[in-house]
Amino acid sequence: MAINNLNANENSERNEITKNLRCLICQGQSVYDSDSDFANSMKILVDRKLDEGLSEKEIYTYFKEKYGDWILYDPGLNKNTYLLWLLPILIFLFGGAIIAKSFILKK
Amino acid sequence: MKNKLIPYSIILIFLIIFAVFYKSLKDTNIYTPETKINNDIPIFSAELLLSNENLNSTEIFELDKFYLLNIWASWCVPCRDEHPILMSLSKNNKLIIVGMNYKDNKKNAKSFLDELGNPYEKIILDKNGTNSIEWGAFGVPETFIIYNNKIIKKYIGPLNNELLIEIQKIIK
Repeated sequence: MAINNLNANENSERNEITKNLRCLICQGQSVYDSDSDFANSMKILVDRKLDEGLSEKEIYTYFKEKYGDWILYDPGLNKNTYLLWLLPILIFLFGGAIIAKSFILKK
Repeated sequence: MKNKLIPYSIILIFLIIFAVFYKSLKDTNIYTPETKINNDIPIFSAELLLSNENLNSTEIFELDKFYLLNIWASWCVPCRDEHPILMSLSKNNKLIIVGMNYKDNKKNAKSFLDELGNPYEKIILDKNGTNSIEWGAFGVPETFIIYNNKIIKKYIGPLNNELLIEIQKIIK
């Protein structure tokens, strides 16, 4: 029972990680969803890295070093992605300012 | 002035959006990983195809020598196309060619080499594809040029005559 639980935990961790990894052969699918040769090898490697005791973050860094940011569905904030992260906030602030201004003007 | 600000900013926003979409229109939506050079080669141990030995990467790649690692498979059609290029590179004694047999059947791999010749000094096996991921590859064929345990060049896809000349220049 305990072993089954352990396996289930490990599998769910593997699933979580592979859901955030992009399959490079079948782009638009995650490694978790894909059954391509490349995705299957990635799953084996993620399992191996988990066995070696690497954390989720360390595994992401490992793949990022090999394939670049594109491999992650949830890229971190860096010089290539800051526009992606900051633009929605800027647009929100800008829109909010326009709305607030028109309200204040009406009053 | 205030009245003009809003239409101007709307036009500006539309122009930015137009520029972004227009640029993306021409971009390919198939991503190929950026070629990272001067990366250290991965440390691994693998079985050899032609003998049943197991070798560590440190026993394969020595310092101060040029190595070419070629990922291939007997089922891969472009590998067949690039094979003559590898055969002519194998005649160059400044370069040691190492093969990585990707997700293949041993018997088919051997008959592929019997038919087209064997340019490889050693052939390591990658039965489940994890070894090639360690190298940052994602398919076959892919070729790496290695010097002093660093990847100095990487080619995705089959080699051709132009790349043959380029490789010969690198190892000169």
